[in-house]
Amino acid sequence: MVPLLSVRNLTIGFGKDDPVVRDVNFDVAEGETLALVGESGSGKTVSCRAVLRVLPKVAQIRSGSITLRNGTGTTDLVTLPERAMRDLRGNQISMIFQEPMRSLSPLHRIGNQVAEVLWLHGRKSEASAKKEVLACFDRVGFPDPERTYSSYPFELSGGMRQRAMIAMAMVAKPKLLIADEPTTALDVTTQAQVLGLMKELQRDTGMAMILVTHDLGVVANMAEQVVVMHKGRVMESGAAEPLLSTPAHAYTRALMKAAPQIPANVAPKPIEPTTDLILEMNAVSKTYSMRAGKGWKAPSLIYACCGIDLHLPRGKTLAIVGESGSGKTTAARIALGAEPPDQGGQVLFRPTKGADPIEVHQMDRTARTAFQREAQMVFQDPYSSLSPRMRIFDTMVEPLEIHRIGSRAEQRDKAAEMLQMVGLGRDMLQRYPHAFSGGQRQRLSIARALMLDPSLLVCDEPTSALDVSVQEQILRLLERIRDQKQLSYLFISHDLAVVARIADEVAVMRRGLVVEQASPETLFHNPQHPYTKALIAAQPEPDIHRPIDLKLVAQGAGSPENWPEHFRFAGYDAPPLVPLEPGHKVRCHV
Amino acid sequence: MPILRYALYRFGTMLLTLWVVSILVFAIINLPPGDYLSNQIAELRASGQSAGVAKAEFLRSEYALDKPLWQQYFIWVGFLPGPHGFSGLMQGNFGWSFEFDSPVAEIVGDSLWLTVLVNLAAVIFVYVVALPLGVLAAARARSWVDYTSAFVGYLGLATPNFLLALILFYYGHRWFDLPIGGLMDPSLEGLPMSWEKVKSILIHLIVPTFVIGTSGASAMMQRLRANMLDELGKPYVETAVAKGMSPSRMLAKYPLRVAFNPFVADIGNLLPAMISGSVLVSVVLGLQTIGPTLLTALKTQDMFLSGFVLMFVALLTLIGTMISDVLLVLLDPRIRYEGRKA
Repeated sequence: MVPLLSVRNLTIGFGKDDPVVRDVNFDVAEGETLALVGESGSGKTVSCRAVLRVLPKVAQIRSGSITLRNGTGTTDLVTLPERAMRDLRGNQISMIFQEPMRSLSPLHRIGNQVAEVLWLHGRKSEASAKKEVLACFDRVGFPDPERTYSSYPFELSGGMRQRAMIAMAMVAKPKLLIADEPTTALDVTTQAQVLGLMKELQRDTGMAMILVTHDLGVVANMAEQVVVMHKGRVMESGAAEPLLSTPAHAYTRALMKAAPQIPANVAPKPIEPTTDLILEMNAVSKTYSMRAGKGWKAPSLIYACCGIDLHLPRGKTLAIVGESGSGKTTAARIALGAEPPDQGGQVLFRPTKGADPIEVHQMDRTARTAFQREAQMVFQDPYSSLSPRMRIFDTMVEPLEIHRIGSRAEQRDKAAEMLQMVGLGRDMLQRYPHAFSGGQRQRLSIARALMLDPSLLVCDEPTSALDVSVQEQILRLLERIRDQKQLSYLFISHDLAVVARIADEVAVMRRGLVVEQASPETLFHNPQHPYTKALIAAQPEPDIHRPIDLKLVAQGAGSPENWPEHFRFAGYDAPPLVPLEPGHKVRCHV
Repeated sequence: MPILRYALYRFGTMLLTLWVVSILVFAIINLPPGDYLSNQIAELRASGQSAGVAKAEFLRSEYALDKPLWQQYFIWVGFLPGPHGFSGLMQGNFGWSFEFDSPVAEIVGDSLWLTVLVNLAAVIFVYVVALPLGVLAAARARSWVDYTSAFVGYLGLATPNFLLALILFYYGHRWFDLPIGGLMDPSLEGLPMSWEKVKSILIHLIVPTFVIGTSGASAMMQRLRANMLDELGKPYVETAVAKGMSPSRMLAKYPLRVAFNPFVADIGNLLPAMISGSVLVSVVLGLQTIGPTLLTALKTQDMFLSGFVLMFVALLTLIGTMISDVLLVLLDPRIRYEGRKA
């Protein structure tokens, strides 16, 4: 049978440079999902955009053909005139983009933007188009389609916006849907639900799909065919099942190995009680008040953190896991003294074993300076956390200059030493950040945090902006440094699989509350709370025989009012955190 | 109608601002030592004309200039009764011009609405020229269209207005038989409005509009181009292309709509810049706007006249910002629905 879309010998280049995509071949059959897998810079996005010819201006398709079957004949999309291409876009082939936050115009109503697809392709009167769009909204899971129709994008959450994007792509019933990292910007439970929805829609309509992703877990859950790309070339391609279970190419094997996994079978491990705590958070709460729209109404309160008790033993790693909006970052900021907790909360820090605790939020200026030397932070985005106008040397030495430590020569030696510690060379000191890759920048950012020889490192999602293989290297580096320098980590992440390897204890947070707390082994072996179960279930595994259990996800990630009776609560009337066994606490009614 | 309520609220704050402005204006016109009359009295005494002195003394008490400053202010605005009862700005009495020896209202008269007319024409010129050129320059960025419009724009920015005025007058008169100077044919001045007069004013407006508007238009055009270029790189533009929109339709619906906001917000800045900028042009071109009057009034310390003109300019500015604020709320749902629950 002739495939629906067939790409042959596709080569694409930017300007006069060497091609970024070379000799790529793949076929998409009707009703099938093809996954284009690769890391950033692999050319996967450029290849899929070439199908719709929505490439940057400087890019040219240098050779090859992209053939779409059209009834009985075929159309070559490379040579098709622009006007005919326009009729095809959104109508026969549609596309979903990575960032649902920015892919919708902020000034137009959602209904208008979605219905526009139907108006453009001249198939519908305004009234019947609206009817069709409402049906589509209903299909993608909007509880109130009419309301959504007249909403603006900024009134919806990220997951809901991506649903709107899916509705936009689906409303004209295309034969082929191209999804470019459709769930990368979403929380893991939202991702699971959106992936589930896409699969369901595909079953209903029988359309074909090209899924571009860097996540082998997503591939295993979605795809029938897989194309693995690296530096613009296809490394390996074939049916998903054999490719994922016995990858032939070394690069695929490396990717598989780097993908963090939640261990399937682990023995529960209790947490050894210790008295040597470096950081102690007692009853820390944080409430923000949001200005109400109307002046005379009382401002509404947002509970970012509610009664958090966390203890970090010296030399250990405590991870806080949760989705966006769970309060994990607020908790970290309070721990560092960047923000004061509400009345009654207390953060204690002990620089050395047995030392008198310092109350982080009651320090005078000198004590604060001393504290800052002990506690440092590694940020999420290595691209924006290094000043592009400062040489690496200046960035690295700045903390020493602020604290007036050492002579110029000593500072230089220290910077070189730290660079070597994170696996970079001394000769890189004179360069600017733009000369480094994402992984190297994150190493630099870690090296900078180590310049003051701190004893506590707060890592705020240090790997979530990185490719899987790089993520793996950074985690290994963090582990090595921790053991070498006896550091303690407060590790913030949304990714249970990442946390699984590095943490000694995990606190799962949701909407400002810690819902379950245990060692990662215990947590994965015997998760109790429905939300923890949902997080674990939502994690896409690169194993085709362990698909995402959407029912578990839907229940745990839903409203606390729909949790099983044991855990259920309404509003802010949450049950207490109860120790279930030593070192394993769950928020439930007893 | 939340928008109506907002407009009312905005009008209220405008009145409040106007009140603060009135204090500032009054303080500024009283900053130089003495006033018009005390200067005159000193001069008359020096030349020994006691009859004049008596008249000036009479005027001083007539216009409450012998009262303390704060009382003068309240009488001027109309919060307190003066020698002739409540008769200040709020009651519609704009005061007496000592320099011209007649009521302020009579002196400014026609030039008030001519000022509004000239500046309105210039603002419209700015928008009509900047909008298409800015969009075109962005859509064809780094092409000859872009470079040409940028070149012409910078020429417009860099040429001094009075020079531009002289050049335009010369060639306008030579090639198109345009009139030189003034805002209407001298024979029509003071006559009631007629078709002839409207026609004459419109023809006389061409060169001043061009002169006053050019630099504003080229600055505005460059800003719009930069905003559009920023927007063109955003993912929602790509989404629109992937839907199958044609480039021109996409351009008009999405990026222009977003880039339009700063464009509208500029109305407020444009008006004061133009009014103060056009003073010099008005003098050079011999326009009967309020600009030359202000200049004379300030030079001679004719306080009621200059105070009134300054207040008038402030009022125009405030109205401009109010219009742009209300338009922004109409244009941008993010401002409109701030705080609304999703």
